Amino acid sequence: MVESYYLAAFIAVSALATFATRVVPFLFFERHTDHPLVKHIGRFLPAAVMALLATVFLQRSATWQATLPGLDALLPALLVVMIHLWRRNALLSIAAGTVAYMAAQQSGLFAPGL
Amino acid sequence: MKHHTFKLTLPILFGYIPLGMAFGVLFSTQLDYAWWIAPLMGLVIYAGAGQILAVSLLAANAGLAEVAIAMFVLNARHLFYGLSLLGQFRGAGWRKAYLIFGLTDETYSLLTSRPRSDDRLYEQAIDFRITAFNQVYWIIGCTLGAVLAEMVAFDSTGIEFALVALFIVLTIEQLKALGDSFPVWAGAAAAALSMALVPPTHQLVAGIVIVTAVLLLHYRKHRNQKLAAEVSRG
Repeated sequence: MVESYYLAAFIAVSALATFATRVVPFLFFERHTDHPLVKHIGRFLPAAVMALLATVFLQRSATWQATLPGLDALLPALLVVMIHLWRRNALLSIAAGTVAYMAAQQSGLFAPGL
Repeated sequence: MKHHTFKLTLPILFGYIPLGMAFGVLFSTQLDYAWWIAPLMGLVIYAGAGQILAVSLLAANAGLAEVAIAMFVLNARHLFYGLSLLGQFRGAGWRKAYLIFGLTDETYSLLTSRPRSDDRLYEQAIDFRITAFNQVYWIIGCTLGAVLAEMVAFDSTGIEFALVALFIVLTIEQLKALGDSFPVWAGAAAAALSMALVPPTHQLVAGIVIVTAVLLLHYRKHRNQKLAAEVSRG
């Protein structure tokens, strides 16, 4: 019983914290939509944040202690870029990259100290 | 319109099903809760990286204050997302609360890069559909992962790379929509800087603060150039 109260509270707190991050701009910046600074940030930030997320998570999925450091993630990432520029099909790009990465991890091809 | 929305959200479907499954698999293999808790989290929390983090917090029996801080900080990038949608969501009425609730990385990316007509109410109705479709895909993924992980043993090692691949694809799409590579380089450089200076738990927030500061300087430079051009003309 205590366990399920904890779980319920955990989910409620997580949901509220997540919603809070999404609702704040609408509560505090509503009157300043036409301000050139808000427009500037709104226009350029999406691309910057996507590049930031891609870089951070790419770095975390790579094995940097291997003989060929980081290649286990960098090669699948390169594959995603190439396939996406070639076909511009998000599914194909994501699937190809993920399968390549899973194969690299599970085969231990780029394992540390190889 | 329904058909159109489905086609538009198809890339998200193919991103969210495997990602949701990755969360579901993680949830079922790491925790002892009933499988339906996974889709429930997809319904009320609805955050990819946030839910994956939640699994490790649940496994560690983390305190609720710690949970609130961790989830807020991890999702802090969303603080800036609304800025580009303030005008688009204005006057959306009952739809607005859900549009804001459902503003994930991928939904945000889709809503900010899709072509729009001048009919704001019509576009808001489409935004609402896109958001709802995306959440349904996410919940389906969470369910499939949690159920399948209980039924079959399969080696899912590395499946989380779908997240990286998704962000790479979204970066390319943003780049094509914007036609200016400056923010992409700024974002990557900010990531590198924060990874060099800050421990992993704060890297996303630090990177976002850095890149926002860079964009503020970028704005000032733009504005000064504009002013200089006006002065020399006048």
